[in-house]
Amino acid sequence: MEWLIQHVLEKYNFWVAMLIIIISLTAVIVKENLLKKLIGLSIFQTAMFLWYVSLGDVGRDILTTWGLKTGTPSILWEEAAEKGYIYANPLPNVLMLTGIVVSAATTAVALAIVIRIYQKYGTIEEDEIIEKEMEFEREGGELKNASS
Amino acid sequence: MLLVEHFPVLIVGLAMFCAYTMLLAGYLNRKLPFFISLAMNCVFFIMSLFVLDHVLNVGPIRYWQGGWRPPWGIEYVIDAMNAYLLVIVISIVILGLIYSRGNVKSEIEERKHPTFYTLVQLMAAGLYGITVTGDLFNMFIWLEIASLTAYALIAVAGGRALRPAYNYVIMGSVGAVLYLFGVGWIYSVTGTLNMADMRLLLPLVYDNRAVQMGFAMIVVGVMIKAYIFPLHLWQPDVYTYAPSTISSMMASVHVKVMFYMLMRMFYSVFTLDFIRHYIGLDLLTCWVAAIAILAGSIWAIKQRNLRRMLAYSSVSQMGYILLGVGLSPFSPWGLVGAVAHILNHAIGKGCLFMCAGAIRQQEGLKDIRDFEGIGKKMPYVSAAFTIAALSMIGIPPTAGFASKLFLILASLDAAQYPFVVILLLSGLLNLVYFWRVIDQIYFVRHEGTKNAGEAEGRGKPLPLSMVAPTLILAALCVIVGIIWLTDIPLPLLDRILSDLRMGVTI
Amino acid sequence: MELMTPLFAILCPAIAAALILPSRNHPNIREGWTIAASVTMFLLVLSMAPVIVKGDTIRYVLFQSMFEDIYIGFKVDAFGEIFAITASSLWVLVSIYSIGYMRTLNEHAQTRYFFSFCFAILGAVGVALSANLVTLFIFFEIITISTYPLVIHEQTPEALRAGHKYLAYLMPAGAFLLFGIMTTYYLAGTTDFAPGGIKSLANASPVIITVLFFAFLLGFMKAAWMPFHSWLPTAMIAPSPVSALLHAVAVVKAGVFGIVRIVGYVIGMDLMHELGLWLILAGIAGFTMITANLFAISQDNLKRRLAYSTISQLSYIILGAALLTKDSMQGAMLHIPFHGYMKITLFLCAGAILVATGKTRISEMAGIGKRMPVTMLAFSIGAIGMAGIPPVCGFISKLYLCLGAWAVGSPYGIIFLAVILISSLLDVVYFFPIILTAFFSKPMGEISGSGEDKVKEAPLLVVVPLTITAIFSLIFFVHPNTFYIFDLAKMAISDLFGGV
Repeated sequence: MEWLIQHVLEKYNFWVAMLIIIISLTAVIVKENLLKKLIGLSIFQTAMFLWYVSLGDVGRDILTTWGLKTGTPSILWEEAAEKGYIYANPLPNVLMLTGIVVSAATTAVALAIVIRIYQKYGTIEEDEIIEKEMEFEREGGELKNASS
Repeated sequence: MLLVEHFPVLIVGLAMFCAYTMLLAGYLNRKLPFFISLAMNCVFFIMSLFVLDHVLNVGPIRYWQGGWRPPWGIEYVIDAMNAYLLVIVISIVILGLIYSRGNVKSEIEERKHPTFYTLVQLMAAGLYGITVTGDLFNMFIWLEIASLTAYALIAVAGGRALRPAYNYVIMGSVGAVLYLFGVGWIYSVTGTLNMADMRLLLPLVYDNRAVQMGFAMIVVGVMIKAYIFPLHLWQPDVYTYAPSTISSMMASVHVKVMFYMLMRMFYSVFTLDFIRHYIGLDLLTCWVAAIAILAGSIWAIKQRNLRRMLAYSSVSQMGYILLGVGLSPFSPWGLVGAVAHILNHAIGKGCLFMCAGAIRQQEGLKDIRDFEGIGKKMPYVSAAFTIAALSMIGIPPTAGFASKLFLILASLDAAQYPFVVILLLSGLLNLVYFWRVIDQIYFVRHEGTKNAGEAEGRGKPLPLSMVAPTLILAALCVIVGIIWLTDIPLPLLDRILSDLRMGVTI
Repeated sequence: MELMTPLFAILCPAIAAALILPSRNHPNIREGWTIAASVTMFLLVLSMAPVIVKGDTIRYVLFQSMFEDIYIGFKVDAFGEIFAITASSLWVLVSIYSIGYMRTLNEHAQTRYFFSFCFAILGAVGVALSANLVTLFIFFEIITISTYPLVIHEQTPEALRAGHKYLAYLMPAGAFLLFGIMTTYYLAGTTDFAPGGIKSLANASPVIITVLFFAFLLGFMKAAWMPFHSWLPTAMIAPSPVSALLHAVAVVKAGVFGIVRIVGYVIGMDLMHELGLWLILAGIAGFTMITANLFAISQDNLKRRLAYSTISQLSYIILGAALLTKDSMQGAMLHIPFHGYMKITLFLCAGAILVATGKTRISEMAGIGKRMPVTMLAFSIGAIGMAGIPPVCGFISKLYLCLGAWAVGSPYGIIFLAVILISSLLDVVYFFPIILTAFFSKPMGEISGSGEDKVKEAPLLVVVPLTITAIFSLIFFVHPNTFYIFDLAKMAISDLFGGV
């Protein structure tokens, strides 16, 4: 029991990240509203970044109750140098900065597309959109500005 | 360092830089971006030829960005596989650009042309980046650049392309993030992001479940991007409704580069050793590929829209490449078949999508059943379509026949006989749906008219800039096919096999 | 010896095809390319014969591939030369005939016709000259694809259905053939044709060899062996010159040529005999022979009757190969050119009748002999030869076949001898009535158009080729060594059986 709790608490970042990832992926899959899907995707990406950053937390010696580990922030300060504290790994932070940029860009592109879809179909519920498309196809007509 | 060793970075850097330049130049003159893009890509093509020459004669190029040593710095590694792929990607991008000149005029509004070309250039830059990089996270960045621009380029078509574009955004982003997730797992175990370093460190931890989890995440992520069955669901709609240039470029190079990512993971990062012994994925990959081949072809047979048919056909062809990769632990000919099919499918499918776009532009026809008489109205495009279709079916001496030959030989060499039957059967299935189109184009006629296609063609005739790339690609289908039957590619293939550490030369 | 002649011979139709496309608006120039190419090709092919008759072979390697011992190249031996001479000489005559036929009927899409014809002949002669199975496969598939536009020339829905049936049979056959070739390479390490069979194949297990044999047999469905024959009568919807050259000479002979190559030069006669495969092949051939002849009797459409006759005659060749004796093999090899000339005569006559009178059914052809004596005389010569009656060349090949059947020795030989004789009798049964009705019956009712004097011979360009082929059928009887055919056959036999 001790072992289990210790195991869970040691890797609590993994558990939390997994939970959020699963919830967000569920949102992406299950929700019919395009914006809600996008929100799910956004949360998915954010949870990913969270997990990644938490991987960088490798230091010891600051707090060791219950085996919680924290490293110091990755800044040079004299006390850390004297006492030999361990820095948190800065690399995941840096990588995830880039990742956040990518995520923002993805969200922007997706939102632009959603706006266009709204202008075209008048709705952002996926089932209604599909219905409208079937209607157009059955009538044999072309959507305004359609290129296919 | 030699000048040629700087070329990979120059290609990627200049590609990005020129994309932004194009955007600015577009404010001055709407026509300028196209020419800048075309000129720069031609320069890149020449540079990539020098790179290929250097890699084949001297050895792999390792470029340390900023001079920082790996594994702390980002490294660009060009070995024979990269160099080969880079040449293919750049050349198809050039042909796609030439084709797009006539095509975007009819499909996309004038004021969007500068941004369109900027995005195409950025997508190309992203693809070049994926091809040349040797760092896992760097690959994610380039992957996202290529993907985001692709999402936007598909949505440019408007209308029915919007919902597929949105689907692609969601699914593609999930795929990319899964890839990043997987990289995170193996990073957490090894602490490095450099591919070569990872290759050295991983064997010590092959049985670590984190590593296996990472592998699984990476493979699934890349499978979504490379539309390998069964994660291909976003693809048919996207290829059907995207602008013709984009369909053509994506089907020929975008997906190949994604597949190249998979190959890098399989061969250079997680070696085949891992896949055979720790995961046991080798035979399963072959069977997934076989199902992809058959399912894609069967779906294609049911289609009436030409581009949707070609889209499902692409799913099937990705199965060929995956089959080659799957057979490679058993026989080096499998990898040869996969590498050959990367080129053969790029030129074949690129040509087919270009022809489909041309037919839609001149005649406004999308449904195969309406294609009567096109052979007379559009002789060159029809001829190109026929030759490329024969290549897809696998009629000698075209290119597709060579890949089939290699894969059948690989299956026999590997003693996996069911795949021989599947490959031959898929050739016949391809025949069924491609021949229908060829029939409609040339041979079917309305009752009552003796000569097919006596009616006038509807739109204006196509500009040379659209017809020339199709003819070039069709000619390449035959020429490359004959080259594969000679021993000219042998040095290249030997190098690729040894660079991917297959350990066996053919 | 190494010569580039085979390559030049193959290039002739390729260059002609490339020149035909731009000349599509100048019919005389366009046809000129075909005639020039066919004559040149025939002379080139013929020029190789004197060398081969002396026992040498002409080799030329085009491309060496990445695989050990797979190369694309030509090796012209005696047997290949026989088929090459047949195909190239008949192309000259059928080209002249095609010009007359197409122009008289004012057919559409003539450019496509002549373009595809070039590739079909390229394929046929390529098959004849190829050095190994891989090269043969390449040219084989070229034949299949290039003959499709010819089969569906009329472009009616019926013609398209016929074309689809054609492909539905022959493309899977190609798949089987590729399977056989790859398996052969995998088992034996080579696909080169070796007289007497590929030696290293003998090490494989009998089951595998039997599977291989059946794969090849299915691969050569072009030989129209039953029950996979029905594409051939359906393909008779094509214009007569197409039926004549392709479905009497090039396509089906390529199939039968392939089967003989397999029996003699890949699996080898020893292995065929050891595993009893010869009996299976001979049984299939015998069955096809008799059954096709029986079907022929009931056909009223002249070309369909000729199609079933072709199916039957092809099985003579297969049977000759299956019986594995010197004489039967020689008969088979001789039957390729002899039957080619005779059958072409018959088909060209059928086409001439169509051009002159518009008739396709035998029941309508009463009394035609009076109006078209030259045509029907040629037809009679062809028909007599089919039955194996002197003085037409068919007698010689059938004689060798019978001698070969007798030489088998075991009771099977007698059975197959009986099959050959019965089949020849049946030939008489369905050919002679045509001749009799044509010459000796009164025409039934009014012929379309006023007055019986309206119907006369077809135009010169149509009639002259068929008389030439008929005359050659007679010449071959008197002097079988025309175009070196007989010597080539003897040389091929000595290749296979090691010394005459």
